[in-house]
Amino acid sequence: MDRAAVRELMRTVLDDAHVLSAPEQLHPYECDGLSAYKRLPLAVVLPGTIEEVRAVVGLCNEHGIPIVARGAGTGLSGGALPCEHGILLGMSRFNRILEVDPDNRVAVVQPGVRNLAVSEAAARHGLYYAPDPSSQIACSIGGNVAENAGGVHCLKYGLTVHNVLKLKVVTVTGDLVEIGGGGLDAPGYDLLALMTGSEGMLGIVVEVTVRLLPRPARACALLASFDDVRTAGDAVAAIISQGIVPAGLEMMDNPAIRATEAFANSGYPVDAAAILICELDGVEAEVAAQVGQVKEILGASGAVEVRVSRDESERLRFWSGRKNAFPAVGRIAVDYYCIDGTIPRRELGGVLKRIDELSGQYGLKVVNVFHAGDGNLHPLILYDAGNPGEFERTEALGARILEACIEAGGTITGEHGVGVEKIDQMCALFTDSELEQFHRVKAAFDPRGLLNPGKAVPTLARCAEFNAMHVHRGRVPFPDLERF
Amino acid sequence: MDAESIRARVADACRAGRPLRIVGGLSKSFMGRSSVGEALDVSAHAGFVEHDPSELVVTVRGGTLVTEVNRRLAGHGQMLAFEPPRFGASSTVGGMVAAGLSGPRRPWAGSVRDSLLGVTCVTGRGERLRFGGRVMKNVAGYDVSRLMAGAMGTLGVILEASFKLWPLPRAERTRVFEMNQHEALGFAASLGRAPTPVSGCCHHSGRLYVRLSGTEPGVEAGLDAIGGDDLDDDEEFWASIRDQRHAFFNTFDEPLWRVSLPPATPVLDARGETLVDWGGAQRWYRRVADPEALRRLANRVGGSVCLFRHGDRDAEVNEPLAPVLFRIHKNLKEAFDPRGILNRGRLYKDL
Repeated sequence: MDRAAVRELMRTVLDDAHVLSAPEQLHPYECDGLSAYKRLPLAVVLPGTIEEVRAVVGLCNEHGIPIVARGAGTGLSGGALPCEHGILLGMSRFNRILEVDPDNRVAVVQPGVRNLAVSEAAARHGLYYAPDPSSQIACSIGGNVAENAGGVHCLKYGLTVHNVLKLKVVTVTGDLVEIGGGGLDAPGYDLLALMTGSEGMLGIVVEVTVRLLPRPARACALLASFDDVRTAGDAVAAIISQGIVPAGLEMMDNPAIRATEAFANSGYPVDAAAILICELDGVEAEVAAQVGQVKEILGASGAVEVRVSRDESERLRFWSGRKNAFPAVGRIAVDYYCIDGTIPRRELGGVLKRIDELSGQYGLKVVNVFHAGDGNLHPLILYDAGNPGEFERTEALGARILEACIEAGGTITGEHGVGVEKIDQMCALFTDSELEQFHRVKAAFDPRGLLNPGKAVPTLARCAEFNAMHVHRGRVPFPDLERF
Repeated sequence: MDAESIRARVADACRAGRPLRIVGGLSKSFMGRSSVGEALDVSAHAGFVEHDPSELVVTVRGGTLVTEVNRRLAGHGQMLAFEPPRFGASSTVGGMVAAGLSGPRRPWAGSVRDSLLGVTCVTGRGERLRFGGRVMKNVAGYDVSRLMAGAMGTLGVILEASFKLWPLPRAERTRVFEMNQHEALGFAASLGRAPTPVSGCCHHSGRLYVRLSGTEPGVEAGLDAIGGDDLDDDEEFWASIRDQRHAFFNTFDEPLWRVSLPPATPVLDARGETLVDWGGAQRWYRRVADPEALRRLANRVGGSVCLFRHGDRDAEVNEPLAPVLFRIHKNLKEAFDPRGILNRGRLYKDL
């Protein structure tokens, strides 16, 4: 079906104003947060009600038109990259908080609501929504569900999957189903877990019920500096071995410290090889006791300096550098590429060393920020897309880093999703039988593969091709050819 | 039996279209619907695969005894946060995951599936597959491991499972309050809105039991804030709720109903005896005069009802699913077990 035909078809169920098809209207939707990949869809449709979503999806199903759902477009793996032969289903008009129920500690929100807006709405009840991805001022709850978003507090408070109780989902056939329920456990298979992190491949989320938590009475942050990255990694293990689960436990290496300090003036020690930010929360007496304990552990683990936040403004200042790591790196490099591998924490030293070697080998600088508490690494590769071949080199380096994470017993994505970006690394992480099982799961919801086609799970043919090239480890044959 | 023998047994059964009943410790054989098939005893596939305390992760084989896991973890000051119920000493990890049951700590510490990081399983096709992993965060591929939790073995035989661990609380204390169920639900809701380190909240027969866990100073501050009277021997009390050894659960062969609700739902206008757990989110009923009326009351607030023990195990025991949702269930079952050989009918009649 061509552009005009799709436009007319969509206009049978939506106002003209909510069906975009002129190129200048489509361009804002050509990519998500991973701007290296761009494509124009046949049309962008912006439904405003569940009935409209059902009508649009029903029509697409009838005519075999692929659908890519999009929330705020902040995703970092190209999960919302449009499909040329399909429509982009923008959920931005679903932007209302429907209910905040303090007695049941839940909020019912539309998927286009921003992550931070949920906590803001719950604040007057002393409650908040725990998952806090760095993009929380912009990213939407629907996208958080699609990617199973995390944040800096998930070691203690969990990921999106731990904080969602119910979803309303439009299936590919245009039916509305409720997944999960009003209680903590719902009957049948755990489709809530399956939907969370499914990257828009199984259904369109149109309403989300999230769990709210009481805001801790007090939070305090410690900032520890180390003259060796491995020592800092060991300190993380020491804290956790002592039975302490910090609310947040973040690590940054020296290039990250320098970049963020220049940007945010957080007072970070710019000569340290690594810093740890450890946040403890709870009631006053509890936090005071744990701060003492952690301070001692950090000292015994070889920290050269430990600072304790004296008040709320200092706590926020300790965090300000870390929270601004991405824009800070954006200032020192023309472009950067963010990796999302997760490893067992004990492998940290080895993996960082390997990243350093690879960085030298590929001639690209890497800055490391790290959710140390849960083993989620975010190496940022600095590059300049203006230099011919440099992006390709960056992607190749990223792929090598992810392989190092797999070799260390970890995984290729902790919280950003596979999308289009890491689809080849799925071939290295899973066997053909496992990938086939993923395709069967997909088919149980979407037998014709209309929802977000070509993302998250590679075809076996693609893996065969990838594995054949892979033998050469980073040196693919005919490097000038466009791939796939 | 080793993993390969289990896989081969399932593959044979798949070829022959011969149903299998997966057997672990047989401690939860009362749960779910009655199922047909040859017994596939997987209890011998036991043992620890990996436990590195500083990673907060353990990987164990499906036949490992839950008590053994608890004992080993406790030795390192750790625990499975969801406080798995044990309806007998023979309870295994595989059964614990398949049944998807969690103990009194569940509303504050999460459920089995919340702690589950990865599984290795044998599907009904006789394929040995690994999903998830041994790391805290992993969004590569669909979350098939968590799908296995509560599936009652209808999608796969669990060979190995990895769990996120939690430190054992340094301090744990319980307070008792004399109040009726209505007052108790209101009190529980007010506790939930405040940052009190609650780890158990159960009401039965005019008494509300509130357990606090955490650091010594945190628990002390919480006790000062909530008041009430100390409960001695509280460990035994919570174990009796968790493992259903409490007198309330002594139903002989009368039906026991489990009702899942938004926690602050007011007292249900249903005749029968009640024990409220999970601060109101899980309510147990016995001697229910009209089960359908109970279901209507629960459904009205988005809740669900399950016939947990006794009663007619040939009829449906779990909450009926909406037709579109049930179709997805059927499709998933077929995706994992096309010939319907694994625990056929255990969860729902047609799965």
